[in-house]
Order: sequence, then C-alpha cells, then structure tokens
Amino acid sequence: MSSLLYDSPGPITRRRERIGSIIGGALVLALVALAVWYAAGRGVFELDRWDVLFDPPKNQSAADVWTSMVLKGLGATLRAAAVAAPLALVAGLLLALLRTARHAWLRLPAVVIIELFRGLPVLLMMFFGLLGFGWDAFGAVVFGLTVYNMAIIAEILRAGLAALPKGQTEAAYAVGLSRTQTLFSILLPQAVRIMLPSLISQLVVLLKDSSLGFIVGYAELLKSIQNNAQYFGNQYFIALFVVGGTIYLVVNITLSRLAVWIQKRSTRTSRGPIAPRV
Amino acid sequence: MRLRSTGLIALLSVSALTLSACSGGDDTEPEPAASTADVAEFPEGSTMAKLAEAGKITVGTKFDQPLFGLVGPDGVPEGFDVEIARIIASNLGIDEDGISWKETVSANRETFIKSGDVDIVVATYTINDKRKAEVSFAGPYYLAGQSILTLTTTTDIEGPDDLAGKKVCTVAGSTPEANLLANFPDTEVVPFGTYSECLEPLRNGQVDAVSTDNVILAGFAADNEDLEVRGEPFTEEPYGIGLGLEDDEFRTWINDTLEAAFADGSWTEAWEATAGTVLPTPEPPAVDRY
Amino acid sequence: MNVIFDNIPAYLTGFLMTLKLSLVSGILALICGLFLAAFRVSPLTPLRALATTYVELLRNTPLTIVFFFLVFVAPQFGILAPLGFWTAVIALSAYTAAFVCEAVRSGINSVQFGQAEAARAIGLTFGQSLSLVILPQAVRTVIPPLINVFIALAKNTSVAAGFATVELMASGRRLATANPADTVWVLVGVALFYLAITIPAGILAGVVERKVAFAR
Repeated sequence: MSSLLYDSPGPITRRRERIGSIIGGALVLALVALAVWYAAGRGVFELDRWDVLFDPPKNQSAADVWTSMVLKGLGATLRAAAVAAPLALVAGLLLALLRTARHAWLRLPAVVIIELFRGLPVLLMMFFGLLGFGWDAFGAVVFGLTVYNMAIIAEILRAGLAALPKGQTEAAYAVGLSRTQTLFSILLPQAVRIMLPSLISQLVVLLKDSSLGFIVGYAELLKSIQNNAQYFGNQYFIALFVVGGTIYLVVNITLSRLAVWIQKRSTRTSRGPIAPRV
Repeated sequence: MRLRSTGLIALLSVSALTLSACSGGDDTEPEPAASTADVAEFPEGSTMAKLAEAGKITVGTKFDQPLFGLVGPDGVPEGFDVEIARIIASNLGIDEDGISWKETVSANRETFIKSGDVDIVVATYTINDKRKAEVSFAGPYYLAGQSILTLTTTTDIEGPDDLAGKKVCTVAGSTPEANLLANFPDTEVVPFGTYSECLEPLRNGQVDAVSTDNVILAGFAADNEDLEVRGEPFTEEPYGIGLGLEDDEFRTWINDTLEAAFADGSWTEAWEATAGTVLPTPEPPAVDRY
Repeated sequence: MNVIFDNIPAYLTGFLMTLKLSLVSGILALICGLFLAAFRVSPLTPLRALATTYVELLRNTPLTIVFFFLVFVAPQFGILAPLGFWTAVIALSAYTAAFVCEAVRSGINSVQFGQAEAARAIGLTFGQSLSLVILPQAVRTVIPPLINVFIALAKNTSVAAGFATVELMASGRRLATANPADTVWVLVGVALFYLAITIPAGILAGVVERKVAFAR
C-alpha cells in the first residue's frame, strides 16, 4: 500500500475507513450478486448451457472438445508465440547493436526500422504477410509478431545499454578488450540482466498479440472456441469462452508474475543501475 | 513460410536441370524411385501424379458453412464441398486418411493456393475474372446466386431493392460484399470474418439482413427456424474448384473427373447426402473449360 | 503506387473512423482510468481490490478477447452493444483504461515523499492533498507515458477491423481484395496513414519528456 498519500491512521480515521470499507464492500458484493442474479435469470447457469464441457451433444466426446481447444487451439497459440519470440529476440538484439553502432550509415537504417515497426499495428503487419506476400496464416502471424516485437526489444536493449555506467566501458577498454569483446562480454550481459523484467513483459505482450491470428484466419484458441460454439450452438458460447478466457489469463498472469519475481530477485542480489523505463 | 521452402525446392530443381544440361546428352531427369500402379495413369510430372504418389492432398474448405463445410471438434468437416473434394481425392487414389482439411475463409483463398498451403480449394468459391488472374478454376460444380436472409418476423425486406438504408451483414473480402458495395451504395455493409458470425447480430436486431449465396443462406435457414431466405437470387455465382494458376493439366483432369461424377450419379449422391437434405436436387451445371 | 492515389477517398473514410475511434475511446479511457487510479490509491480496501482486479484482469487479457466477448458472448447474457463503432469504443476504452490507470498510478508514486507529508502537515485532507499537491506534480511525469498509451490505442483500433467496424485497416482489406494485384501497395497506403498518427504523437511524447526532465 502506498504510504505516500496518508500517515498511519489514528483511531477516528480507522473507524471511518472501516465503515467506508464495509459500505464499499457491500456495494461491490451487491453489484456482483446483481450480475449473478441477472445471469441466472437468463439461464446462464443451467446445466444444458455447460454440458458441452463434459457431455457434449451431437454424439461428440468431451475429450474431442477439450482436445480441440487445449491441444489444437492453445497449442497453435503457443506455437506461433514460440516461433516468433526467439526470432524477435535475435532480430531485436541485432537491431540494438546496429542502433548503437559508431557509423551513422549503420545507425540510420536501424532507427528507421525501429521507428517504422513501432508505429504500425501488429494486425497490419499480419495482413502484409497474409494478403501482401501471400503466406499462410501461420507465417503471417509469426511475421507480424516478429517484426513488431523485434523493434520493441531493440529499444529495450538499447535503453539497457544506455543505462550502464560509463565506467564499465572504460574499464573494459583499459584492460585491453576490443569493442566487440566489451559489448558481448561486459555490456550486453548486464544490459540483458537489468532489462530482463521488461523483456519478459514484452513476451507476455507477444503472447497476447498472437490472438490477433483470429482475425487473419489462424486456427488458434479463440478460433477453436468459435468453431465449437458454431458446431454445438451459440448457447454454449459462455461455457466455451469461460474455459478459453481462463486459459489465457492463467498463462499470461503466470508469465507476468515471473517477470515481477525476477525483478525482485535481481534488485536484491545486484547493486547495478535500476532499470530505466522504456 | 511454406513459400520459402517451395522457392528453395524450385531453386534446387532449376540448378539440377542446369547441371544435367551442362553434363550434356543425358536428357533423363532424376526419377523418383517409387512408382505405383496409380501413378502410372497420370502424365509424369503432373500435379495429379505428384499428389497420387504422395498419397496426400490438402484441401481448403469452409469450416463454418452448414451443408457445404461445417467442422466438428474432431477437425473433420461435413458438407457438399467436402464430398466433392472426396470424389476428387478418391479419383487420385487417395483415401480418407490422406486428405488433410484446412480452413479457408473468404479473404485468404487465393493466398492459400498461391503459397501452396493447400492443393485445391473447394469452399463455396465463386469463379470470376479477377480471381482467374490469381488462381485457376475447375468446374463449376454448382450454380448459386446471391440472396437475402432475414428473420421470419421481418416485413419490410422482400428483395435486394429493399436493402437501401438497411444494415446488411456479410463477410469481409467476399464476392457478396464487393457486390453490395458496388451495386447497393445506400446499404450499410457490416463485415464480419465468417457468415456464421452474422447470425446472432441478425437475431438481436443489430443488423437487418444477411446477404450471400442462396445455398449458404438456405443452410442457415434450415438449421434455424426463426430465419428465412427472401426473394430470388440477384447474381450468378458459379462455384469452382480453385487450384494453382496455369496448372491446365490439373484443371482439365478435375473437369473430366467432375463430368464423370455428373454422369455416374456420384455428384447427385454427394448432393443428396448433404445439401440435398434441405434443398431440391438441381441439374448438374456445365463445366466451363475456359 | 497509383493504387494509393486512386483510392484516397476510401482511405480517408477509414482514416476518419480510426481517428474518431481513437479520440472517443481515448477520452473515455482517460476518465475511467483516472477513477480507477483514484480507487487504486484510496484507503478503502474494497475499492482498491476492485480496481486492482480490474487492472490485472484487463492487462492480462488480449484486446481481441475483449472484442470477442462483447460481440459474441455478451449477447448470450442479453447485453447488446450497438454493433460497429460503439462496440469498438467500449472494448477499446475498457482495455485502455487499465493502462491509463497504471500510468497515472506510477506518476503518483513518483511524487516525492516530502510533498505529501508537507501537505498533510499543513492540514490538507486526502482529497485536497491529492488534487492540489500530488496530482499537479504527477501530471508532468504522467504525460509522456500517457501519450504512449494513446499511441498504443491508435494502433489498437485496428483490431476493430475484425469485428464489424470499417476503419482504416478494414478499408485497406477491402481495397486489397478489390485490387488483388496491388495488395502490397494498398497495405503500404494503410501503413502511411497509421504513421501519420503515431509518428507525430511519438515525437510529441519525446519533446514533453525532455521538457519534464528539465523542469525537475
């Protein structure tokens, strides 16, 4: 809790806060109850809106439904992210190196590429792949995810490099390391380390953006929800959506927590510079 | 991504050709070792021979189109398009296990064919001149026409002329969308990714009508008692089988296969097992060998 | 290349829609985001919990899912948003509000400790110290990240193309299907219009950031 805005409260304030909390809590609970009551009135909680998850109609098996969503749907989502993430990391690293190069003719193209892809929607880049270059949906999704995230990752790494104290470079040169050696064995490891939380949050963004594949016809998690709802009937949309949405939340929150955990661990163990905001 | 590998293969085969040309005299191209009886029926190097030899074909079809191509959770679609594709596959000597089904939506059919991602597209795919510049078409195997679907309770829409000022749902990048935009400028076109996405908005009154080919609409009307098709079709949509541009050998062969299917009743059988359950059986159309 | 100039009116219609979406959702997201941020720093636990849950939920949900929910799932509950523009506005502002809230909250936390203590020492109430002392100072640090949130919003409006809204991206897709031989150029045209929003906004963010750095 932020102690910036208030001192530790005295007895009167504490009582007021307690009353306020009770009223506020009651209001929030009342809202939730109202929503549940409303949904129940529309039959949302009836068994026949949920049986698609354990005993689906049309002679299909529940195993097939779950396979189509978790194995095929989530699998496709993760596959696109798993291919795009390393590509974006490598290309981003390359761009960051060019961006910090000594010669302007190396720096300039990197700046242009970074600014260009940062300023364009991921979906547009996917359409470039799909309609412009005629790739399949998977190629288009990977392309869109890669070019956008490589630009952001390049900026993250550049900020990490810029945040290192000058003494690091000077000391490296003083012991006779070359420019390349300095970069790869002194500067980059530290830059990656301090920017690790930002890099991981960016990977969460990449995973989230893979859902744009739904729009370009890539058969990912959302598409599998829709296909199942279409096959079994729209009344199952809620049940299927709850499953799909939960899968997304679990995967993303786990990754986000990982980023926070790494950030905490690294600030505890190192006295390096604090990660700058990008 | 597939494009790159086909490009590479093309490059390799070109260099192989150049090499054999350089070695002089020896005209025989490197031949695949395996050659079954099925393959022998087809001219060497043709698409049919390649598919038959591999025993595999990738078919692009709709996954959300009742009566034509509707997928279940097991990933195998059902419908008339699917049966047509099965007829073609079986004539290539490919059994059910050798067919892989891939979802194509209206916006990506040309690109999937061009990238080699699918071998053929059987997906309520209208033959038109603009598309003929991008891909080749065999068929048609069915003649459809654009029509209008509304709620049974709607009273003020009887035909295309009543669409002015109405919200009409269709699919982004499809022929019906282009037709509505060009010929009915007063209509507000609401584009979704697939036709099935139009149904709930129609029920909820968020759009006034859905417009696309009559057979697609008939499928929806058959599955949903609250919906019905209005008016006569106002366009002609010959459904063809999409394949690689200028693969004339393959196109001619599919056309022959279709004509054989028209003649021996397997076309009618396919129709009656699928779309024929709710629609009358039409006469087979004349194949267009352009 | 000519395909871009031949279709300027179509691009412009889409571009105006994208601008309208960005502005309306931006203003709504700003208002909701400020409320959320006030909830998140408030002394009342339920309000804090509500705002925290909302922000965590929305930040970890892809925007596509928010649209998907509004368009396909919400009608199952009987909740109907007018299709197209307003659906897009609701989805975009609900999503962006979470990011506005985070930007504002980190701005509030960046104000120096002594400022708040001094405000309390002279007897200002919570509301007074927030509105008269903390927020005016927080605004300066908040503006550059807020501009970045709005740049992201402008780009995110493209998602509406998948859900029955004809904005810039959807106009581009229509043009691409109408001109199958020139798809790359059609999309380059779309890109130019997006850059016309994002690059000036990016430069503005940079300028403001430098100004703020000097002022400290």
